[in-house]
Amino acid sequence: MKCYYNTLNITHDYVTKKELFYNLLPLKEIKLETQVLIIGGGITGAGITRDLALRGINCILVEKHDINAGASGANHGLLHSGARYVAGNSVNAEECREEGNILKKMAPQCIEDTGGLFVAVEGDDEKYVADFPDLCSKCGIPVKALDTREALEIEPVLSKKIIATYQVSDAAVDPFKLSMDNIYQALDLGCTLLRHSKVTGFIIERNRALATRLQNMLTGEEFTIEALQVVNAAGAWAKEIAVLAGCAINLRYSKGSLLVTHNRIAQRVINRLRPSSNADILVPGGTVSILGTTSITIDSLDKIFPTVQETDFIVGEAAAMIPQLERTRYIRAYAGVRPLLGTPSVTDDRSLSRGFALLDHIEDGLENFASITGGKLTTYRLMAEKTANLICNRLGVSRPCLTRTDPLPPAGAARWTKPGLAPKVWMKKHDPEDIMLCECEMVPKSVVDSIVESIHEQNGKSDLKAIGLRSRIGKGACQGTFCGLRTCAYLYDINELNTNEGLTSLREFVNERWRGVRPLLWDTPLIQAELQEALYCGLMGLEL
Amino acid sequence: MIKDNPEINCELAVIGAGMAGIASALFASKRGISTVQVGLTSGIIFASGLIDLMGVHPISDGKIWENPWKAINALTSDIPNHPFARINKDDIHKAFEEFLAFMNNAGLPYCRYENRNAKMIMPVGSVKHTYCVPQTMWNGVLALEKKCSCLIIDIRGLRGFSARQITETLKTSWPALRHARISFPNTDHLEEVYTEPIARCLSLSENRKALAQIVIPHVKDASMVGFPAIFGIHNSVEIYRDLQEMIGVTIFEIPTIPPSITGLRIKETFESQLPQKGVRLLLQKKVLKVHRNKGGFVLDIGGSDTEYTVKAKGIILASGRFLGGGLHADRKQIRESIFNLPVFQVGERKNWHSQNFLDPKGHLINMAGLEIDNMFHPLDSLGKPVFKTLFAAGSILAHQDWLRMKCGSGLAIASAFAAVNAFKKQV
Ligand SMILES: Cc1cc2nc3c(=O)[nH]c(=O)nc-3n(C[C@H](O)[C@H](O)[C@H](O)COP(=O)(O)OP(=O)(O)OC[C@H]3O[C@@H](n4cnc5c(N)ncnc54)[C@H](O)[C@@H]3O)c2cc1C
Ligand SMILES: Cc1cc2nc3c(=O)[nH]c(=O)nc-3n(C[C@H](O)[C@H](O)[C@H](O)COP(=O)(O)OP(=O)(O)OC[C@H]3O[C@@H](n4cnc5c(N)ncnc54)[C@H](O)[C@@H]3O)c2cc1C
Repeated sequence: MKCYYNTLNITHDYVTKKELFYNLLPLKEIKLETQVLIIGGGITGAGITRDLALRGINCILVEKHDINAGASGANHGLLHSGARYVAGNSVNAEECREEGNILKKMAPQCIEDTGGLFVAVEGDDEKYVADFPDLCSKCGIPVKALDTREALEIEPVLSKKIIATYQVSDAAVDPFKLSMDNIYQALDLGCTLLRHSKVTGFIIERNRALATRLQNMLTGEEFTIEALQVVNAAGAWAKEIAVLAGCAINLRYSKGSLLVTHNRIAQRVINRLRPSSNADILVPGGTVSILGTTSITIDSLDKIFPTVQETDFIVGEAAAMIPQLERTRYIRAYAGVRPLLGTPSVTDDRSLSRGFALLDHIEDGLENFASITGGKLTTYRLMAEKTANLICNRLGVSRPCLTRTDPLPPAGAARWTKPGLAPKVWMKKHDPEDIMLCECEMVPKSVVDSIVESIHEQNGKSDLKAIGLRSRIGKGACQGTFCGLRTCAYLYDINELNTNEGLTSLREFVNERWRGVRPLLWDTPLIQAELQEALYCGLMGLEL
Repeated sequence: MIKDNPEINCELAVIGAGMAGIASALFASKRGISTVQVGLTSGIIFASGLIDLMGVHPISDGKIWENPWKAINALTSDIPNHPFARINKDDIHKAFEEFLAFMNNAGLPYCRYENRNAKMIMPVGSVKHTYCVPQTMWNGVLALEKKCSCLIIDIRGLRGFSARQITETLKTSWPALRHARISFPNTDHLEEVYTEPIARCLSLSENRKALAQIVIPHVKDASMVGFPAIFGIHNSVEIYRDLQEMIGVTIFEIPTIPPSITGLRIKETFESQLPQKGVRLLLQKKVLKVHRNKGGFVLDIGGSDTEYTVKAKGIILASGRFLGGGLHADRKQIRESIFNLPVFQVGERKNWHSQNFLDPKGHLINMAGLEIDNMFHPLDSLGKPVFKTLFAAGSILAHQDWLRMKCGSGLAIASAFAAVNAFKKQV
């Protein structure tokens, strides 16, 4: 791969394991070249980059914010057994079953194989309940009926009013780790990641996208990338990207909000046994549980955050299944957007029925541009495989897909995102100098050190937001109040923050965390928020 | 089974051991009122030791006032139901004089500019406008004003206090600022150190000597040295003077993030002084229930079960907001925790907080609280005093956003003063 880089003005936030060929070019002429450019650093983009890299193809992955900034960082973390889709869409259900099984084998480090339950409560549709086991069997999804006593024995939090329970093989998946592991292997294989790099347009000549225009979101600097093939894996933003290339995708947007509980409520994934609806799944994630979701059609991608009304709705609904959810303490809320595929421009009907769309844009008159959107976290590997097949075909590369059979190697830097994991590793090799920066989630100094180091490897700089994204800092019960201040002080101690960057960084960090706590502010979390405001505003005047 | 709990008779029961509670108990005792004070002191570890009077108004403009008295004038004309508007300005002056005189005699002296706010260095490097500053911190105000050559010290293993953070953040406006890290004497075997044990350690003069020896080589050309707040708990002034003499340059403390010793100093000062003035302290206890009787109120007090019964002619309710426990919110509304007094609400929950944590306008919920009359009686829904001898003081009051206006302790002291005087008048 040939890369030109401006050494005088290091502004690209780039990652590569390969030697870079430095070249002092005037700013305007900075050019990056690659075989395939992939747009979107979510799980789909990450998966495609790895798949292509395993086939020996050079890629650059560009992301406008940071890894998993979109739906991949704001979902439920459920590795679907498929059972949820048996009534609506059997192709979908079977795909989830198959992909779920592959991931459990190929990426066990990202998965907690909890198993799942489907439970119906008094008043739920009894016909649906009765049909459920047969529908599962038809899709090859193993299911086992439990009586109420058995169900309450293994999950005592369930309502006494349950009328039916089935056991399935749902699992919990850590989306951050999954994306990081995919990207890290691709980097090891020589690919490049550009974070904070937003695609702003294309240079199109006849039927080819010759170059892609980008802007560095941190510095405002503009640059271009020349690629033989361009993959638009921008999730809900795929329509915006397609429009820039003069293509059309018919997408609508649905926002879903989720609540994180203070403690883990149940051991297994708990689904409400009824046609897919709102607030009917509780997924464990390490030491917490995640409850959701809602589904609200929105017209714009600008304002994606959970609201007070959604919170009240979710809590009210889910309590029918697990009464404790009415009283439990919630520590965070977040929202993501699902792209909903409209019919008209989808070329392949089967792909529509799969829930994802791979568009080759031949009808739009482009030969080297493809879009992949929709789908699920659970099926990301398949989506990556299909996309990589199309791209390889176009490049005339005949190597087969390896992700079905080659295990995903665990990467180091991502391992701190999972609740509960940090203390275990810390206990293992406790070093006397290693003090806790976050007591709620037990994140020690050494974890921050290793994150800082990995960001350095990527030529980046660590601020609180970047550390927050890669660790549990700020995600515990104190809502970031104390760990934010301690981590900020620590980043100064190790020369990561300079001048008054800390004030900016703290402000960004608390505002970011705030979106997720604002809908939950009653009872204890409200007290916590008052303490935070007393410290950050009352005492230190950070609002001024 | 009915247990016989010890019964205590008094004229005034003060509910709360925050700033408003202790100020109420102090003012009451000085007026010869027999007083019982109940409340948890656990919140005091959050106190910075700084006493704000009034700093910012209007908050949406972030306008910072140099003169707190002028700020109060502007505030009370714009927000006539702010509690400050119900207190005579002379009385606010008197409240401060009385409070500060007490602190001075009790060995925790404060410094202030009579008509000007002081600027303090905060642990994150921001600069705070406040009114009264503990004497051990006052040189920091002068250092910041003069921008003199100054060294900030931090301590290995003390989390959340980075001298480099402070100097980096302030260096553009204060180039003569330097930083250095030291190991506190005899803590090399510790991974982590806390301010409280260090502070207690410094009450021994040999430890002060050892600390001074460690600091001296770092001083070089600095004419002032700033430390995290560690200069002892009971005898902070003595420790500060002693260290200053040994180090040979002017020194000062900078507040630390919680848990800090600055609050502990206030707590221990009042806990030792108030009983001497005749106040009966029932600290670490809560008021579980209050009944009415002919002469006033009967309070059930204890941890979880009643341990004491207090009969009082009147009550000052200084139970704070959500953090203190005076107010409680469920998903629908805000309640007052002990009497279920009417609370000035700020609409549905979706209006309570702004989308942006640091929204200059502040959060509406901070304006919620108890409505009062000019005698600091909480009012019922018809606007009449709930009880003739029930008064409220401090942050539980409505229409004040102390977090943004920077009037926390000042309002607590002034409203305590007003409530005690009103009680005295009434009884
Ligand atoms: C609320 C919710 C719950 C869900 N729960 C589950 C679940 O439990 N199980 C499951 O299997 N699936 C679940 N999903 C679906 C799953 O999250 C998504 O299918 C998956 O994350 C999509 O990944 P993606 O990479 O395609 O899109 P995204 O993760 O959205 O990635 C797109 C990326 O493109 C970037 N981008 C956008 N514009 C540009 C530009 N101009 N230049 C550069 N980059 C750009 C964005 O910043 C973003 O990072 C859920 C989805 C939602 C919304
Ligand atoms: C982090 C932080 C920083 C601050 N910094 C400053 C500053 O720099 N400058 C400044 O001027 N002010 C500052 N303050 C504000 C100030 O210290 C006081 O918190 C504020 O003035 C409110 O005081 P209060 O006495 O009304 O309430 P609180 O301090 O909240 O006290 C309430 C008291 O009531 C008690 N109580 C509640 N319910 C019961 C019950 N049922 N029975 C018995 N007792 C009960 C509680 O136990 C507690 O003792 C700060 C506060 C915090 C939290």
